[in-house]
Amino acid sequence: MSIEVKGVSKTFDTFKALDRVDLNIETGELLALLGPSGSGKTTLLRIIAGLEVADEGQILFHGEDTKERKVKDRQVGFVFQHYALFRHMTVFENIAFGLRVKPKHLRLSDAQIKEKVHGLLRLIQLDYIGERYPWQLSGGQRQRIALARALAVEPKVLLLDEPFGSLDAQVRKELRQWLRRFHDQLHITSLFVTHDQEEALEVADKIVVMNKGRLEQVGTPEEVYHKPANKFVLNFLGNVNFFHARVVDGKAYLGNAMIDLPDLHKNSKTASLFVRPHQFELTRQPKDGSSLKAVALTINPAGSVVKIDLKSEGGDTFQAEITQEEFQALRFQKGDTIYVSLRQVTYYEYEI
Amino acid sequence: MSQSRQEPTIIRRILITIALWYIGFFLVLPLMIVFASALHQGVGVYLSSLHDPMTLAAIRLTLLTAVVAVPLNLFFGIAASWAIVKFDFRGKNLLLTLIDLPLSVSPVISGLIYVLLFGAHGAWGPWLKAHGIQIIFTPAAIILTTLFVTFPLVARELIPMMKTLGNDEEEAAITLGAGGFKTFWYVTLPNIKWGLLYGVLLCNARAMGEFGAVSVVSGHIRGLTNTLPLHIEILYNEYQFTAAFAAASLLVFLALVTLVAKSLIELKFKAEQMPLLKGK
Amino acid sequence: MFLLKQRSSLPGFHLALGYTVFYLSLIVLIPLSTLFIKSSSLDWKTFIDIVSAPRTLAAIRLSFSTAFVAASVNVFFGFMIAWVLARYRFPGKKIIDALIDFPFALPTAVAGIALTALYSPHGWVGRYLYSWGIESAYSPLGITLALIFIGLPFVVRTIEPVIQELDPELEEAAASLGAGRWQTFGRVLFPVLLPPLLTGFNLAFARGIAEYGSIIFIAGNMPGKTEIAPLLIITKLEQFDYTGATAIAVVMLTISFILLAITNFLQWWASKRIGIN
Repeated sequence: MSIEVKGVSKTFDTFKALDRVDLNIETGELLALLGPSGSGKTTLLRIIAGLEVADEGQILFHGEDTKERKVKDRQVGFVFQHYALFRHMTVFENIAFGLRVKPKHLRLSDAQIKEKVHGLLRLIQLDYIGERYPWQLSGGQRQRIALARALAVEPKVLLLDEPFGSLDAQVRKELRQWLRRFHDQLHITSLFVTHDQEEALEVADKIVVMNKGRLEQVGTPEEVYHKPANKFVLNFLGNVNFFHARVVDGKAYLGNAMIDLPDLHKNSKTASLFVRPHQFELTRQPKDGSSLKAVALTINPAGSVVKIDLKSEGGDTFQAEITQEEFQALRFQKGDTIYVSLRQVTYYEYEI
Repeated sequence: MSQSRQEPTIIRRILITIALWYIGFFLVLPLMIVFASALHQGVGVYLSSLHDPMTLAAIRLTLLTAVVAVPLNLFFGIAASWAIVKFDFRGKNLLLTLIDLPLSVSPVISGLIYVLLFGAHGAWGPWLKAHGIQIIFTPAAIILTTLFVTFPLVARELIPMMKTLGNDEEEAAITLGAGGFKTFWYVTLPNIKWGLLYGVLLCNARAMGEFGAVSVVSGHIRGLTNTLPLHIEILYNEYQFTAAFAAASLLVFLALVTLVAKSLIELKFKAEQMPLLKGK
Repeated sequence: MFLLKQRSSLPGFHLALGYTVFYLSLIVLIPLSTLFIKSSSLDWKTFIDIVSAPRTLAAIRLSFSTAFVAASVNVFFGFMIAWVLARYRFPGKKIIDALIDFPFALPTAVAGIALTALYSPHGWVGRYLYSWGIESAYSPLGITLALIFIGLPFVVRTIEPVIQELDPELEEAAASLGAGRWQTFGRVLFPVLLPPLLTGFNLAFARGIAEYGSIIFIAGNMPGKTEIAPLLIITKLEQFDYTGATAIAVVMLTISFILLAITNFLQWWASKRIGIN
């Protein structure tokens, strides 16, 4: 089912949680709502579910306004941040709940319910814990039970609020790959809320970056990472170093180094440059006039990449990442002079 | 407990001893004297004094009062806690204060307000009299004042409990297609059942034991408007001490049952809810 | 009065709130308001005359002084009991803990006759006290003893949870900074425990001035000497002096509401204090 969000606003007391948000979600998409806390992403999710009511605007399911549809009739599966499993029911009863509360004429027989619940338990690979209670399960297991419970009623949309938020790093990684595969099997329109950019980049088909109740950018993981629409998105998705450059006659300078920025306007006076740590090239000798002279402050070779903190002649501090192979070849040490060129850069120019 | 949180042994012993003596003197002695006085003349006299028709009538009225008052206040308690905990609205704090109000009103004044309302010289007295309706000095007045004094007892137990439990499970239930009643019945009620039960017990104990408020509106008509506590007063004032204490022993028994049930419920609640709350 | 704006998608808001307000009005607000309507029909002079009559003043003074003494005694010993129950382990603790609520659960009339039997000249305790010349029944002392019985759970149950929830790190930090046990208690724990102690006092005091059933048997009920204010209301009522009863009731009720407001303030204060930690 496709979802259309049209001009939705929501205010709590004086806090503007959502400010005229428009968004289209295609059928079968796995979409991440990404943003810092307070950006309105959970509110948007809850409004789509009907758990909150928007002050203004519409939510259309398959082109149809949902205003008059109660939560219980919306056919949305909602997975809560803290799972909200019914604590007095077994895992089996939790999953069966949605089937049991259906009106009599729509309700499956007990045998059919049993079969269906066991099918779901197999699907989430937890067939052996049906008779346990939620408190006897690990966080990852609870998460999957919550998902199975939401899926039992065959929702048209699946909404997940910070699905991995309260899990350990290890379990989190496993579960998000699992969610990705799971979605590939079921192809149900799904939205999940997260504040973890890595999670969004890894799992989602499309990412919606939110900030202060507005949408900053909507795009594929590749688009938002490599073509950030603005500074906020750039900053929020991954580490980024910032430089302040002078612009003279359409050419940008960082100290003595001339940075080659195509299409700089003649009238620009300054520019903000954003460079991700892996977009630097480090050498012992200057490559050309565009190389920036810097000193290595600290070097951290532990991990898949080597992180090097640098200070340029002009006093800018920044962090670069090089591969272990490059590091083995160049053998930088603390205090070494290093020449830095920018392989790739995102910039904004100003006439002041 | 770590060393830094312990007093020296001798201080601990002294404190425990004082605490136990104080409790023994002020709480245990009164408890013991009721049974001692009731059984003073032997079990036979004790039992026969309970079989007195007036005592039996008082017991019947006390039970009737509780049977009417407790379910009404239980129903109110559920509605009030649902409205207060599950929703946000302006005036909520005022509502909470008003619900607790009867606890701050002297029992005597609780009775007085009903006399001022329904009494012969009361606000609606003349109208009631003209229509041949008598409320004061009837069981109806006793039930009304009991409703007043036990009014907040169930709600007070439920509200904090439901607050700790939060709204998540109810929200989950409605996204799964459950309506209001099913959500309450299958999700909320099982979670609050122990708190509910304790509220009912407290409400019941107070309903059966209320004295001051009921005394004002009862008229003390033997066999008709005497509840058990009022009957005890009459027996005592007539120097029928054994009979008075025999009747009193029933209420002490009720109090003890309430306390035991409270302790059991607390244990049960801890055992059932603690791992769940922790596991959240 | 209420802004009917629901902020939750759960069902049943209007029904639940509607019924709550309806039932509250029916059982509590309308009956309670008659007291104030009735009292507004009194003119000031009559009201002052009734309230300042020597018998009334004596009754109010007696209610206040006995409730004050009983609440003070209970704060001291109640604090000790709460501390012992929250901190120490000893045999029979569970039973003792359950017993603290006994005065809550026991009907006041039963408490009244039991205490009278205990403290009367021939009672288990009274016979010793009287032999030393202490009149433990039919005297202000008797009233105070009854109020100590009634008030104890209010104090213990207010302080006990606060002691239980004290952060152990507070005391450990104090100890690690070189404070002795007494210093830790006086400078670190007591300031945190002060609001609940005052709340406990306030609750016990409020209950004391309102109490009727447990007192009338042991009080002796001599006008001007051992007649408490609630009893005076009943006496006036039995003489069909509705005006007199109403005037005294209004005074007592106003005081109760002031005490309630103080309790609410204390709880707000306590939550603020604990919130900082």
